[in-house]
Amino acid sequence: MQYDLLSLQPVLPEIFMLGAACVVLVVDLFLSQRTRYWTYGLTLAALVGAIAVTAWTATSGTQVLFDGSYVRDPVSDVLKLAILTIDLFVMAYARDYLDQQEIYRGEFYILSLFATLGMMVMASANNFLTVYLGLELLALSVYALVAFDRDSIKGAEAAMKYFVLGALASGMLLYGLSMLYGATGALNFLEVSAAIASGNIDETVLVFGLVFVVIGVAFKFGAVPFHMWVPDVYHGAPTAVTLFLGSVPKIAAFSLAIRLLANGAGGLSAHWSDMLTILAIASLAIGNIVAIAQDNIKRMLAYSTISHVGFIFLGFIAADSRGYGAALFYTVVYALTAAGGFGLLTVISRKGFDAENLHDLKGLNDKSPWLAAMMMLVLFSMAGVPPTVGFFAKLFVLEAVIRVDMVWLAAVAVIFSIIGAFYYLRAVKVMYFDKPIDDQPIIASVDSRLAISVNGVAILLLGIFPAGLLAVCRAAFVG
Amino acid sequence: MTADWPILSVTIWLPIIGGLLVLMSGDKAPGVSRWGALLIALLTFALSIPLYPGFDASTAQMQFVENRPWIPMFNVNYHLGVDGISMPLILLTTFITPLVVIAGWEVIQYKPSQYMAAFLIMEGVMVGVFAALDAMLFYVFWEAMLIPMFIIIGVWGGPRRVYATIKFFLYTFLGSVFMLVALIYMYFKSGSMEILAFHDLKLGMTEQVLIFIAFLLAFAVKVPMWPVHTWLPDAHVEAPTGGSVILAAIMLKIGGYGFLRFSLPITPDASHSLDWMIIGMSLIAVVYIGFVALVQQDMKKLIAYSSIAHMGFVTLGFFIVFIIVSRSDVHAGAVLGVQGGMVQMVSHGFISAAMFLCVGVLYDRLHSRQIADYGGVVNVMPWFAAFMVFFSMANAGLPGTSGFVGEFMVILASFRADFWFAVLAATTLTIGAAYTLWMVKRVIFGEVTSEGVAALQDINAREALVLTSLALAVLVLGLWPAPLVEVMNASIGNLVQHIGVSKL
Repeated sequence: MQYDLLSLQPVLPEIFMLGAACVVLVVDLFLSQRTRYWTYGLTLAALVGAIAVTAWTATSGTQVLFDGSYVRDPVSDVLKLAILTIDLFVMAYARDYLDQQEIYRGEFYILSLFATLGMMVMASANNFLTVYLGLELLALSVYALVAFDRDSIKGAEAAMKYFVLGALASGMLLYGLSMLYGATGALNFLEVSAAIASGNIDETVLVFGLVFVVIGVAFKFGAVPFHMWVPDVYHGAPTAVTLFLGSVPKIAAFSLAIRLLANGAGGLSAHWSDMLTILAIASLAIGNIVAIAQDNIKRMLAYSTISHVGFIFLGFIAADSRGYGAALFYTVVYALTAAGGFGLLTVISRKGFDAENLHDLKGLNDKSPWLAAMMMLVLFSMAGVPPTVGFFAKLFVLEAVIRVDMVWLAAVAVIFSIIGAFYYLRAVKVMYFDKPIDDQPIIASVDSRLAISVNGVAILLLGIFPAGLLAVCRAAFVG
Repeated sequence: MTADWPILSVTIWLPIIGGLLVLMSGDKAPGVSRWGALLIALLTFALSIPLYPGFDASTAQMQFVENRPWIPMFNVNYHLGVDGISMPLILLTTFITPLVVIAGWEVIQYKPSQYMAAFLIMEGVMVGVFAALDAMLFYVFWEAMLIPMFIIIGVWGGPRRVYATIKFFLYTFLGSVFMLVALIYMYFKSGSMEILAFHDLKLGMTEQVLIFIAFLLAFAVKVPMWPVHTWLPDAHVEAPTGGSVILAAIMLKIGGYGFLRFSLPITPDASHSLDWMIIGMSLIAVVYIGFVALVQQDMKKLIAYSSIAHMGFVTLGFFIVFIIVSRSDVHAGAVLGVQGGMVQMVSHGFISAAMFLCVGVLYDRLHSRQIADYGGVVNVMPWFAAFMVFFSMANAGLPGTSGFVGEFMVILASFRADFWFAVLAATTLTIGAAYTLWMVKRVIFGEVTSEGVAALQDINAREALVLTSLALAVLVLGLWPAPLVEVMNASIGNLVQHIGVSKL
């Protein structure tokens, strides 16, 4: 068989990432704790390089490779760029925290890079096996990351829970995929959707398989009622890992949903959009209401994630390109905002003090007005108050929902976002209206301060000028 | 007529960017943030003044228009412009803000840069609300107002500030999100987010009623109307003086403005068929809340309730229009009602600001707002007493002050609608006088009741400057309201004409 190396160009970002991860792995072996900064630097370089390669090889068309198992299209480019960029923020926040908590080890970076590779594969998947391959690469890396602080009992427990439940969910997903495969006789999304569209296949089998696929997707997103792992894992993992887990994989979960549901089972959208409606309402309700009761800010943000997943699902309900565009915008914005929120916790943590309770934020405005302002932007963005970008994310999703004549659903969503506003306000209250409980100064390194500043300002600027990012998200689907 | 430079954008963005600069200046040199804030506030006021002479009062067209694409995918534009309804309110905003900055000069010692910055940002955002001609732009400014106010009440407020500020935020947030849903719905109907396009949008009765209710939730909370007024006394009592001033003088007006810009022209039929409800709520506010004000022990709370009663006049003036229009073809009475409401809004902006500043003057000295803690203030603070009595008279609607003009116009118009509306509305002249003057009697006159009062110092030059500017404004508007009424005339006439035409 003739093999032209140039035909591999579309897959260059993944090849680069794999190579970079291996290089980091090997280099890290020969580093002492004192020279560990090489690992950090190389990781940042790898991410920047991957962004450059992705941007360089991007084309406006769709290229399908490897017998239809891999696709390079505008959606995948947007997803990959978002994943890599937000990853960059995560890495910048995490170093200082890991150092202070004395878990500064190379494995964090290597596992993160492999997880990132998994997410990139998911973003470009064009058949069931590729999706599953990417998903498991991500999942296995993340299980290990959660248990990264190996002396922490909480971390080990969280990793165990995550692993058991995650494995179960992967099993469900695989079972559902096998049903679809059995019914349609194809793994490739194009063939699957063509088979569904032909109408020759018993719909019962398809819907039966679809239920399991939706369960798998819902689990990876953390939608109610498959959300049980989210608060425990977020709480138990070291904050730097929660930061990673709570931001970037949401974009990967979005790829999972868009590839499986929209590309693969697009013909069954009438069925899955009803399922997602129920999941969305349940997530909005449980996420927002239970978050009010949380004193631990990581748990609070975990429930807040659940409610945001509800909003992302609302974007899918319309099952058209505008809805997907809105959901993609929401996902990217949420990942950026969540990175800021968890990132701030890593910034204000210091040696021997792991900020994770609401009262740890007390009097932040007295200690550092700048950090408090950044966190305020993050929280108001999550609450969806203009002029932060979170408002536009909600607006575009609501627009997509109202356009398919589901005004009642939009009303339900806004009612729950009012309930949600309460706990975000409570966090703002703690930072601004309460006095600090200690007078320890905040020690943060330059890179994490820079990251939080860029992150917060980006939330504000994207809120004032949302058109650019929206155009990108919209163009990814409309073409 | 258009100016050579984007006057509205400057009025919006100069204070916002200036506020950010003040914020950056930090608290190491409080003088810098104070003088900087004053400079920016005065500059903004000076730059907004050309709006008045440059305004063509003979037309209802939007003027000083700026229009740029903002989110092209949604047909959302950065579209600004003013007519006779919004222009006076913008000038009110830029006039009040420097006074607030001066009023907080020495009083605010904790993080003055953040305090000043919050008010400047607030100013820009509020001007944005009045100037926006794009519904989405309006909504963004509308919601963005909440953030600085939330911080102002929560950081510099009184003992129960956290409760008050969260209540304030959630109440207003609750009201406004439904408006958002209504706006998006109309976007699908009309294909654009232009407020003026919404005005001409044909809507069925059910749609109109639902949209009307969504707007009502947003605006009634903001005004605030009985029975959704309960956040206001809490917010006022706990807010620092400057916060109360902005809240009463401008933020409440945004609710009234919303009725004129959205509810009446977009849903005229629903407004007509539900006008009994609004008129009822307004009259309850005027009469019942007046009595509630009578029994207050706390001066700020009293003024807060009095604000609700006065805003009842505003909504009454706006909604009796429908009854008058349906009775005859004469629009004069209808125009009078809306104009009365508008004059009342501007006048209340001056008077309530002044009243809160007066209470602030006392509070800064004795750290009490309880009426019972004062008495005989006139003996030690004669100048202050003169101001306070003057503003109280204005608050009670004494002829010759601005408080009289608006109330009189609304009462006159309500006679055309229904005799009993006018009778009930007119009771305010008695009740209003009763609660205001009784408070003045107990606080200002009589013997000096305590050592604290005996030790009071009269107002200093800074406080005198602020109160004098407001006193002049109250007098001028009271004696010669024509300049204000004339600029509004064409726009209000056009509005009344518009709502007389059914959309069904």
